Amino acid sequence: MSGRNLNLLGLVLVGVVGLIFMFFTPHFADLDTVLELTVYMIMAILALSLALVWGYGGILCFGQSAFFGLGAYTYAIAMFNMGESTLPVVLAVILPAAFAALLGYFMFYGRISDVYLGVITLTVTLILFNSVNSTAGPEFHIGAARLGGFNGIPGIPPLNWPFNKGAAVDLEGMFYLSTGSLLLTYFGLRLLLASQFGRIIVGIRENERRAELLGYDPRAYKLATFTIGGALAGFAGCLFANWGAFVSPTIFGLAQSAQIIIWVIVGGRGTLIGPVIGCIGIQWLSAALGANQPSGGSDLWSKIFANAPLILGVILIAFVLLVPRGLVPTAADVAAFVLRGRRRREQRGLEPQQAE
Amino acid sequence: MASPLLETRSLSMHFGGVRAVSDVNFTLAEGELRCLIGPNGAGKSTFFKMLTGQLEPSHGQVLFRGQDISRAHAHEVARLGIGIKTQVPSVFDGLSVRENIHLAASRLHSGARTRRLVDEMLERIGLAHAADRVVGQLAHGQRQWVELGLVLSTDPQLILLDEPAAGMTHEEVQKTADLVREINRTKALIVVEHDMQFIRMIAKRVTVFNRGSILVEDTIENIMRNPLVRDIYLGKQAAA
Repeated sequence: MSGRNLNLLGLVLVGVVGLIFMFFTPHFADLDTVLELTVYMIMAILALSLALVWGYGGILCFGQSAFFGLGAYTYAIAMFNMGESTLPVVLAVILPAAFAALLGYFMFYGRISDVYLGVITLTVTLILFNSVNSTAGPEFHIGAARLGGFNGIPGIPPLNWPFNKGAAVDLEGMFYLSTGSLLLTYFGLRLLLASQFGRIIVGIRENERRAELLGYDPRAYKLATFTIGGALAGFAGCLFANWGAFVSPTIFGLAQSAQIIIWVIVGGRGTLIGPVIGCIGIQWLSAALGANQPSGGSDLWSKIFANAPLILGVILIAFVLLVPRGLVPTAADVAAFVLRGRRRREQRGLEPQQAE
Repeated sequence: MASPLLETRSLSMHFGGVRAVSDVNFTLAEGELRCLIGPNGAGKSTFFKMLTGQLEPSHGQVLFRGQDISRAHAHEVARLGIGIKTQVPSVFDGLSVRENIHLAASRLHSGARTRRLVDEMLERIGLAHAADRVVGQLAHGQRQWVELGLVLSTDPQLILLDEPAAGMTHEEVQKTADLVREINRTKALIVVEHDMQFIRMIAKRVTVFNRGSILVEDTIENIMRNPLVRDIYLGKQAAA
């Protein structure tokens, strides 16, 4: 009984907090903060894509950044060629999704085991990194868009309202768009996971052979999950290319792909809100640590605290060893334990004659 | 004779040089209950895996109502109407009992009808009181019933049970035997079991596997008297 109610309460809470955050932040925060928060929201959508694929689908994808990067590059290239953003946005979702579907088809229908799946996806994103990295000359262009190699593509034109080239989305608009998209993605995935499809992919994660023996084809369900994850990551990439008006090959790099996994590990697999919290928390921490850097003193401690990758590495190791299930599932366990303890005490208080 | 429900023709499975199953010709009639016995390594579980699409046979055919399913995928075999309870309970450990059964029942039904069928199945396997408990936390015998509930919920025409009474208390074994007899009123079954008490409770015809082949096939009474079977398998147990 309380499980269902708690679930509903959580949903309402996320909705209310999300909407308040979305509509009030631009009125109270300065533009720098709004800009910073926008990228957190965009990355949180990326975190949700892996939360679905890995946390619920059980597919360990080390290369979610491949779809993120493809989305960003697709948007940039299409924008330079078309100048109006409606179709580029659609392409930035469809192309990564199609790529995920193709890659997923060979992996799942080829019955690649979990470990190799991780290796393959990581390799794919690193191949993309290297390929795009080496396209620096003017001979590398797609239509009017120069790929720019390791320099990346600067000056990407901003989004506009659908089919209205004149109405560009400004920085504040980007915040609303990104936060709104994050909320929609969150609730959309909640709906998906509550559906028959969602139950089946969780069943496959729990016991693939049993799902198969009940008549469900795990390959098809994994492929669908992987493709949806690719589409979401591509969409996040599209927003990201907009946010900085810039995209470079590092978007495919090891640091980026590892980060997405860390968000999900810290926040907790098997939840959606966890990876969002993990993503925002870690990005905030990285920014805070990075801010120490220029003024950093010369003594040992300030040098250590200015070293963001080191601190993040320590956090990751601490989580894997001490909170392996992640923040949100562990917090839920603690809450359930406390509640049960209180209920037991109450019962004992009501029926003292039963105590011997 | 009516056409059989299940038939295998010189079914063989070789792993490298090892012949786990060789040249098995096996026939099961519609609605039949057959027991499969044999020592460890006789090939019973490998045989089951070939019947359910989990292993592709090296040679030979599996025919289900005349249709060749020897190269079909496990999920396709399941959709044709063969359900299996594996030797080690294969269930969704992280989900509740109700979610487990729901996942199975919802392949064929939807909405309120599924929920009603799930409730009925929970009653039938005697786990209605534990419906919201996580399956991974249940006792071994209860997990066996959850798996049985999963299999029954997909409404198969043929049910394979691999050691359904393993690890059960005497009382639980009795209950499982009752359940097997009840299932057999509408469905065909093949039961692999080591527990001879259990076999005696349910068996009509028994097939004895030895070293990957069928040694003998007969009624339970004749099997118990067969000296060959005693030698390879039953040993002192049969005398008890």
